[in-house]
Amino acid sequence: MRELTEFQLEPVPNGDGRRLAFSGPMTVASIGVADKRIRALDGTIAEIDLSRVTAIDTVGAWSVWRLSRDHDAKITGCSDEAQKLVDAISKADSNDHSVRAARLPLTRRVPEHVGNVMLGLGRGALQVIGFLGQMIQSAGTLLRHPSRFRMKALVHQMELVGVNSLAIIGLMSFLVGIVIAQQGAVQLRQFGAEIYTVNLVGRLTLRELGVLMTAIMVAGRSGSAFAAQLGTMKLTEEVDAMRTIGVSPTEALVLPRVLATMIMMPLLGLYSAFIGIVGGAFLSSVSLGIPFFTFLARIKEVVPLHDVWVGVTKAPVFGLIVALAGCYQGMQVKNNAEEVGARTTAAVVMAIFTVIVLDAFFAVFFTNIGWG
Amino acid sequence: MEDAVVNPDLAELPGPFEGKYPIRVRGLRNVFGEHVIHDGLDLDVRRGEIIGVVGGSGTGKSVLMRTIIGLQIPQAGEVDVLGDTITDAQTDDDIDIRSRWGVLFQGGALFSTLTVAENVEVPLREFYPEISDELRHEIARYKVLLSGLPAEATSKYPSELSGGMKKRAGLARALALDPELLFLDEPTAGLDPIGAAAFDQLILKLQQTLDLTVFLITHDLDTLYEICDRVAVLADKKVIAVGTIPELLALDHPWIQEYFNGPRGRAAQDAQERHDAVKATISQDERSTFDPEGA
Repeated sequence: MRELTEFQLEPVPNGDGRRLAFSGPMTVASIGVADKRIRALDGTIAEIDLSRVTAIDTVGAWSVWRLSRDHDAKITGCSDEAQKLVDAISKADSNDHSVRAARLPLTRRVPEHVGNVMLGLGRGALQVIGFLGQMIQSAGTLLRHPSRFRMKALVHQMELVGVNSLAIIGLMSFLVGIVIAQQGAVQLRQFGAEIYTVNLVGRLTLRELGVLMTAIMVAGRSGSAFAAQLGTMKLTEEVDAMRTIGVSPTEALVLPRVLATMIMMPLLGLYSAFIGIVGGAFLSSVSLGIPFFTFLARIKEVVPLHDVWVGVTKAPVFGLIVALAGCYQGMQVKNNAEEVGARTTAAVVMAIFTVIVLDAFFAVFFTNIGWG
Repeated sequence: MEDAVVNPDLAELPGPFEGKYPIRVRGLRNVFGEHVIHDGLDLDVRRGEIIGVVGGSGTGKSVLMRTIIGLQIPQAGEVDVLGDTITDAQTDDDIDIRSRWGVLFQGGALFSTLTVAENVEVPLREFYPEISDELRHEIARYKVLLSGLPAEATSKYPSELSGGMKKRAGLARALALDPELLFLDEPTAGLDPIGAAAFDQLILKLQQTLDLTVFLITHDLDTLYEICDRVAVLADKKVIAVGTIPELLALDHPWIQEYFNGPRGRAAQDAQERHDAVKATISQDERSTFDPEGA
């Protein structure tokens, strides 16, 4: 069993007051329990005796020093080693400094936090616009100096954003197509209008769901990756190093990612819609008695071409938002590793929220221009 | 009286190490892929000394330290630390050894989401949960001050500190459990000469006050001259020589000669000689009004 610090409270021999006599080792490993009990003691101590202490380290020396300071007690029976440690510790005494970062009381902290969040929202909106402007500016610079354009980075990002997500987006869209067809058929059957399942699946996937689901998936897959990558590069000062070399981070890091996402989003959106239609056709042929190819042929008749244009128009805008949110949040990282996580979360939330809000505006807009 | 929770893993806590060699390395072999770093490396570190480990870049100084503290599993060989064989121990077994050494990594390796004092409290909290919050805060405060940081630094985050302050904060965390052994990986790298000299003196003072055995990796010749009792030279995949600097200078190994007799080695040597000469004149003339401490 580990030996613990023992102590006895006894009257001072040939004197007034009480004496605290320690025995056993006084080290970090042994003092914890005794320290709690001593702190609970009432009354003053006139003398601290260390003659029966077998070993002492700085934690023991600190406890002795603290007691002698608080009680104005005399230290007796001190070995040379203990004396040396107590002397060293007494020079390192500062009880008035908190070990925690400064914190306001709750009544002030809450309003201050709310205020900061509001200001942050306003400032954030301005900064995002500034970030977008910076990006457009460097895009303009690149138009004038096309040789500086980073084709390799663009292609690499297109692979990461587009090609590598084909499997997951395909699977997701196929299942969503099945669900729409199945649920739609259940409702439409009540009016004997099961054949309109084709219209439902075709128009919904091409106009809305294909692009929207893809945007959400890309935000989760690539937007978060952008934020984490750029955030880590900020932390390790790679971004600063780039600037000093004369490479613009916007040009080298942000633009390829944003362009890649804007190029891949319409393709992924169309792909998603097509797979969704295939999913719907698959379910129809299995459980609604509409043959697979009849379903696909009907799609051509019932889906107006402008539905495709609606989807394809929205896709690059959503891509811009997703990539911009990821890169912007990544570039805002400073201080510590925790912030990388927080900014990554913020990037995904910001991207999905903005995409859904904009989608609502697009829905109204396209209906009003006659693409209903 | 409440029964405090005492860490059951530390129920059997051995006393301070009484043997002569707290670190013993025998026949160490470390290999990364095709690349042999160490082959048949032997090293004994004496209790209570500051041993400096030098060697060219890529000779495996940091790998040696990582092997001794159990972060790197060697291909062959045996490492004994404080009487226990690290290389045989399972990660769960050597918990008590880890409470008896402190490690200062090159960049400080402070936990970035905790304040300096909270960083110092981490090992205390981990190993000795029975210590009350009050005592733990007090320990953290005096360790920070002992490491030469101002009291205000306790509540600061690592990102608010300069490079030199981060090293001191890392040292405070390494000293949190009053270790017997202290491992320092290039403690003065990246510090200005004044800061580096102050850090050297701090290590020396702490070593003397706390009776530490210090394993110190360095490129800093001034540190070697100023505070190291012995120097171990890593070359040709092993420790080719261990000794005081005059002993090493007597050897006829080309790398050692170049290291200590190169332009930088000469400069550090001269500085040391001037320093010693000044000390000698002062002790000869004790009535001199010259005060070397500048008080």
